[in-house]
Amino acid sequence: MMDTISSSSSGPKEHDGPVLKVAGLTKSFIVHAHGDLALPVLRNVALAVSPGECLALVGPSGAGKSTLLRSLYGNYRADAGSIRVHHDHAWAELVGAEPRTVLDVRRRTMGFVSQFLRVIPRVATVDVVAEPLLRLGADPAEARDRAEFLLALLNIPQHLWQLPPATFSGGEQQRVNIARSLIVDYPILLLDEPTASLDAGNRDRVVELIGQRRDAGSALVGIFHDVGVRELLANRVFEVSP
Amino acid sequence: MKPLLSVRGLSKRFGTRVACRDVDFDLWPGEVLGIVGESGSGKTTLLNCLAGRLTPETGSVTYNSAAYGTVDVHDLSEARRRLLSRTEWGFVNQDAREGLRMGVSAGANIGERLMAVGARHYGDIRRTASDWLDRVEIERGRLDDRPTTYSGGMRQRLQIARNLVSEPRLVFMDEPTGGLDVSVQARILDLLRSLVGSLHLSAVLVTHDLGVARLLTHRLMVMQGGAVVEDGLTDQVLDDPQHAYTQMLVASILPV
Ligand SMILES: Nc1ncnc2c1ncn2[C@@H]1O[C@H](COP(=O)(O)OP(=O)(O)O)[C@@H](O)[C@H]1O
Ligand SMILES: Nc1ncnc2c1ncn2[C@@H]1O[C@H](COP(=O)(O)OP(=O)(O)O)[C@@H](O)[C@H]1O
Ligand SMILES: [Mg+2]
Ligand SMILES: [Mg+2]
Repeated sequence: MMDTISSSSSGPKEHDGPVLKVAGLTKSFIVHAHGDLALPVLRNVALAVSPGECLALVGPSGAGKSTLLRSLYGNYRADAGSIRVHHDHAWAELVGAEPRTVLDVRRRTMGFVSQFLRVIPRVATVDVVAEPLLRLGADPAEARDRAEFLLALLNIPQHLWQLPPATFSGGEQQRVNIARSLIVDYPILLLDEPTASLDAGNRDRVVELIGQRRDAGSALVGIFHDVGVRELLANRVFEVSP
Repeated sequence: MKPLLSVRGLSKRFGTRVACRDVDFDLWPGEVLGIVGESGSGKTTLLNCLAGRLTPETGSVTYNSAAYGTVDVHDLSEARRRLLSRTEWGFVNQDAREGLRMGVSAGANIGERLMAVGARHYGDIRRTASDWLDRVEIERGRLDDRPTTYSGGMRQRLQIARNLVSEPRLVFMDEPTGGLDVSVQARILDLLRSLVGSLHLSAVLVTHDLGVARLLTHRLMVMQGGAVVEDGLTDQVLDDPQHAYTQMLVASILPV
């Protein structure tokens, strides 16, 4: 049953060597309300991730792990350096890229599992999950089937599928979020504490699904607080120092 | 691919007051661009200059038209600009009364746009108009009623139907949920969100509400005192604002 999960429109690409290459990545926050206070967070970060690898970002709280992950996704703006993503059989540079370039990379190549679900008012859970696949032009009935399949796999009770996830528990929202990010088979997947608010059973299921993606050739970069989860998923660690 | 709209060096004054200062940007097909900023920052003025409703002192607005190729919006004859605005563009006003013909039925309001793009068959026009009422969640039975008999939220939905029925290539929207109750706003946002997705609209949306901007736009330009002080991908501008003014705007939102 589980192997059907890795069939989809995009699919990890056959590619030798890294699909994500970062060099000289530097990022500070300037807080203007506090006298232009500068908070340097990342300095000269370099890393590379290949298909089938899972790189775990480690370091104390506040070290900049989430900042690094968000910068890779283009959600935070890098001050300097380079983030290159293998996209459409070419390299796309994300530092300084046009919004439409970043959005195209996000639609087809790079997914992100954030810590919290950003709820869209009035939209049913099944449609929240199906949306990324629909944006790629998938058939609506197929996208819906696949969304339902993932929701079932992630133990979201069927009577919740038609409701907006706004009132769901933290763990349910997180699993909806994971379903939404796994519905497209992204060649690169970024994960910020994907199992943080899950019970043991659901955590194991999520680890299994993510592990399948890695084994099917996705390149993963993740933050995993749970050492057990990290040991199951990561092949390498990257130390983010404050 | 070419931009749908290219704006260069656009400035507009009212007397000695500068309402827009040196605005430059390109809008690409399929993009929804949000213009945000506080009241009086020049958002509406800029939108009206883009749509040819106001003439800027300096600068150009170039539109890549399906019918006429690349045209300078402010060099077109008035007749041609009107035609363009009825066939290739939509304009959703904050006040639905300004965007609707209040003296004719809802069906005629929608039908007029269809006739502008060449529809002639009465039965087809009526059926399409009725389908669109349904699509914007207005009972089909209200087709022959005038918008004067509609609530504020229904009028806004009718204005949206009137503007989108002809599947315009470019839609301008000025605070489409402004002045409505919060529950009515949510319904209109949901509607716009699904229409933007299913029709692959290109749009310029003016709003002072960052929540609306997050939900509906791909890109943002932040305006302060008539100038664009920051622009970029919507989630990046809202989650990692760079300019002092944007940081202040983002910090002023009450967390929900
Ligand atoms: N959007 C932001 N604006 C300002 N400072 C931020 C922002 N995001 C993170 N930071 C700061 O950057 C530092 C690193 O945070 P973060 O990346 O969340 O660390 P970690 O994920 O390793 O716990 C912290 O000091 C945090 O306060
Ligand atoms: N028709 C007008 N005559 C004179 N001043 C105007 C006119 N329209 C707008 N303004 C001024 O231009 C500035 C920008 O206004 P506007 O574009 O309406 O801002 P916003 O839409 O961001 O609230 C304001 O100072 C406003 O008072
Ligand atoms: Mg973190
Ligand atoms: Mg205005």
